[in-house]
Amino acid sequence: MGGAASSDTAAILPIRGEGLTVDRGGRRILDALDVEIGGRGTLVLMGPNGAGKSVLVRVLAGLVRPTAGRVTWAGAPPDRRRAPRLGFVFQRPVHLRRSALANVTYALAVAGIPKPQRVKQAHAALARGRIAHLAQAPARVLSGGEQQLLSLARALATEPEILFLDEPTSALDPAATTAIEVLLAEVRAQGVGIVLITHDLGQARRLADEVAFLHRGRLVERTPRDQFLAQPRSPEAQAFVRGEIVL
Amino acid sequence: MHDFASAIAEAFRLIAALDGNLAEIVLLSLRVSISATCLAALLGFPIGALIAMANFPGRGLAILMINALMGLPPVVVGLIVYVMLSNAGPMGGFGLLYSPAAMIIAQTVLITPIIAALSRQTIEDLRHEYDEQLRVLGVGPLRAVPTLIWDGRFSLATALLAGFGRASAEVGAVIIVGGNINHVTRVMTTAIALETSKGDLALALGLGLILLTIAVMINALVLGLRVTATRTAYA
Repeated sequence: MGGAASSDTAAILPIRGEGLTVDRGGRRILDALDVEIGGRGTLVLMGPNGAGKSVLVRVLAGLVRPTAGRVTWAGAPPDRRRAPRLGFVFQRPVHLRRSALANVTYALAVAGIPKPQRVKQAHAALARGRIAHLAQAPARVLSGGEQQLLSLARALATEPEILFLDEPTSALDPAATTAIEVLLAEVRAQGVGIVLITHDLGQARRLADEVAFLHRGRLVERTPRDQFLAQPRSPEAQAFVRGEIVL
Repeated sequence: MHDFASAIAEAFRLIAALDGNLAEIVLLSLRVSISATCLAALLGFPIGALIAMANFPGRGLAILMINALMGLPPVVVGLIVYVMLSNAGPMGGFGLLYSPAAMIIAQTVLITPIIAALSRQTIEDLRHEYDEQLRVLGVGPLRAVPTLIWDGRFSLATALLAGFGRASAEVGAVIIVGGNINHVTRVMTTAIALETSKGDLALALGLGLILLTIAVMINALVLGLRVTATRTAYA
């Protein structure tokens, strides 16, 4: 990729959450949770609905302010200046009412990339996402899979140190899911850290280096993938892996 | 029935002949309404954007008020502007009463809430949709405003046209502050009211047809904007 997002942008790794508690509507979503994201390999977050996975990644990304506890990026509180160093792909892609190319150039402009380099870098990002041929298409007419690839291309365009993905393939067919997974494997091989939320044990098997299991706002287990899939330690994770309903 | 038919025929003849009196009235109407729409846009868009983007005490009340003001009765606006511009009023010294400027002010007061309320809704809806994505990219509130305005441009243009439509069709306020003075402040709506009361149906119908045509053109533009926005998936 040509040129870093901003060579003077400070690093954000490791990302640490200490004593993270989030209360919403009288409910405790995260409960004094401690976590550290070092940024190597792929960490898959699993757990039943309502376990707090989505809220946790939003808190770590600086999108949600915790009720208690604190988040640090490389030892300092999250700040807008370093945001381009953290890529985020949502479950439902949100795109500006512009072309695919313009969506990526917008992200590059925000990241401080000089104007002459933006279009070239944006084309490179779209090519990386295998959607170069869709550069001029309005982003919102793309298929679900193409929109998610565009989200990923946009997130990667600013050359993040870490990529957070909140169930990026939950609404996609197997072909689109494969396209996303292939790209994620490439990204991982290039040294970008990945934090992926999924309910799909098969996807965890294919992509994870580590699995963290959340239950009722607590991190009950964080183990290497093979150990998690073969012999999870916590009763909740054991039930989850067996396919039982975990409440 | 015969009188009505001949009045219609005469109305078309006036339009076809580009009757000087009729043209003067139409041009003044357009000048007043376009000026008022531009001024209302300058006021209404920033007000709408501010309410959509900022969190401040009384924001809910501000939204309630601006929505309520969309239904301002024109005669009440006319009365208030009349009081402000009359010799005894705080702006009496400017000598604007019974001038096109007074009519522009009245129409601006009338349609600013419409443009502000519609743009507030457009920008706020987009803000909710884009909020997390923009923040994760590192976009701050100041940078978000032009982004939201650009992406909401079709809806904002519709708000502008809605304002112009209301201004050009309005009669109550401009007749109070303009006085319907021939060759000075007579616009289409006030002329229609006057000519109808005088029994000169030809001129009234001619102006009515032009006013109707403008209304149809505005709606066609709104429809065209919506179709364009949908076709290009920017809606």
